[in-house]
Amino acid sequence: MTETKSPVLEAIREKFGEDVIEAGIFRGDEFVVVKRERVIDLLRFLKEDPGMSFEFLMDVTAVDWLGRKTPRFEVVYHLYSFSKNRRLRVKTPVPEEDPRVESATPLWKGANWFEREVYDMFGITFDGHPDLRRILLYDSFVGHPLRKDYPHDKRQPTVPTDEFPDPEKNVRVYIDEWKKRGE
Amino acid sequence: MAVDDALNQLGNQVFLTRFDRILAWARKYSLWPLPFGTACCAIEFMAVVGTHYDISRYGWEVVRFSPRQADLLIVAGTVNYKIAPALKKVYEQMLEPKWVIAMGACATSGGFYNNYSVVQGIDRFIPVDVYVPGCPPKPEALIDGIMMIKEMIETGAKRKRDILEEMKKR
Repeated sequence: MTETKSPVLEAIREKFGEDVIEAGIFRGDEFVVVKRERVIDLLRFLKEDPGMSFEFLMDVTAVDWLGRKTPRFEVVYHLYSFSKNRRLRVKTPVPEEDPRVESATPLWKGANWFEREVYDMFGITFDGHPDLRRILLYDSFVGHPLRKDYPHDKRQPTVPTDEFPDPEKNVRVYIDEWKKRGE
Repeated sequence: MAVDDALNQLGNQVFLTRFDRILAWARKYSLWPLPFGTACCAIEFMAVVGTHYDISRYGWEVVRFSPRQADLLIVAGTVNYKIAPALKKVYEQMLEPKWVIAMGACATSGGFYNNYSVVQGIDRFIPVDVYVPGCPPKPEALIDGIMMIKEMIETGAKRKRDILEEMKKR
């Protein structure tokens, strides 16, 4: 798994040394796990170094490893190089007690909405983000639904439902009405 | 009697009916639907409006995107908690008389989405008259659903809205 034939990974190892937690190739996909403090430095290097030239940030997302890994969260960046036609996955562990990462918005404007989504779903904050608020869910929503400890059956209604009977009763009343019509 | 004489003179040029029946006759052939399309069901709705299935054959083709001009709300697609207040407002803005169709599995029951964001059926917050099953329903199924609305109008059947009002009084 930790095969190191890739020139990209070699260059990263050489430049970041101890800060690279893990680097390797998994089923043909190169990945780097780097310390949280250096992740923006690494991304800047990958974007701006002529040998790397990963111009395009495809996605920023996160993983919740609740009960399976410490630290709990992992923020994942997917990079793509148009000029060299290759991809790279950069991951960084984020602890539960201090869920924050430096924002990648100074490097890519496109990181803005990705990071807002990660904030919305996982509650990880991005330092230096220009407008960090929920992007998909409504403002009154409490909690972060893609965290593994968010109750799977928890609902946060936005409209009153009091005057409507429960669905089963609802349908039964209605079937009776239709039957009456047929008589 | 003067009226009888007049009727005799007119012969079979006139017929008598009840006012509400003639009103229902007019209404049932001029439904103005408002499509609240949020997912693939809306694509199926487009097929129904398009030339092949062509609901204008029944006089229902005046699709309005203002609730104030519509009398049939067709909710086509998944409704989540974020958009639910908007849907409720749209329903409330429609003028009486108004009918509601829940088109497809999602609008009917949440479909296969049972998670933090999806309302488990629009009948949790607005009254639904006809449920059209399918994922998405075939165009024929939607036409059948609107046919049921037509039948409701011509027979003067109670809408879910009316039933709820009655239940509240009880």
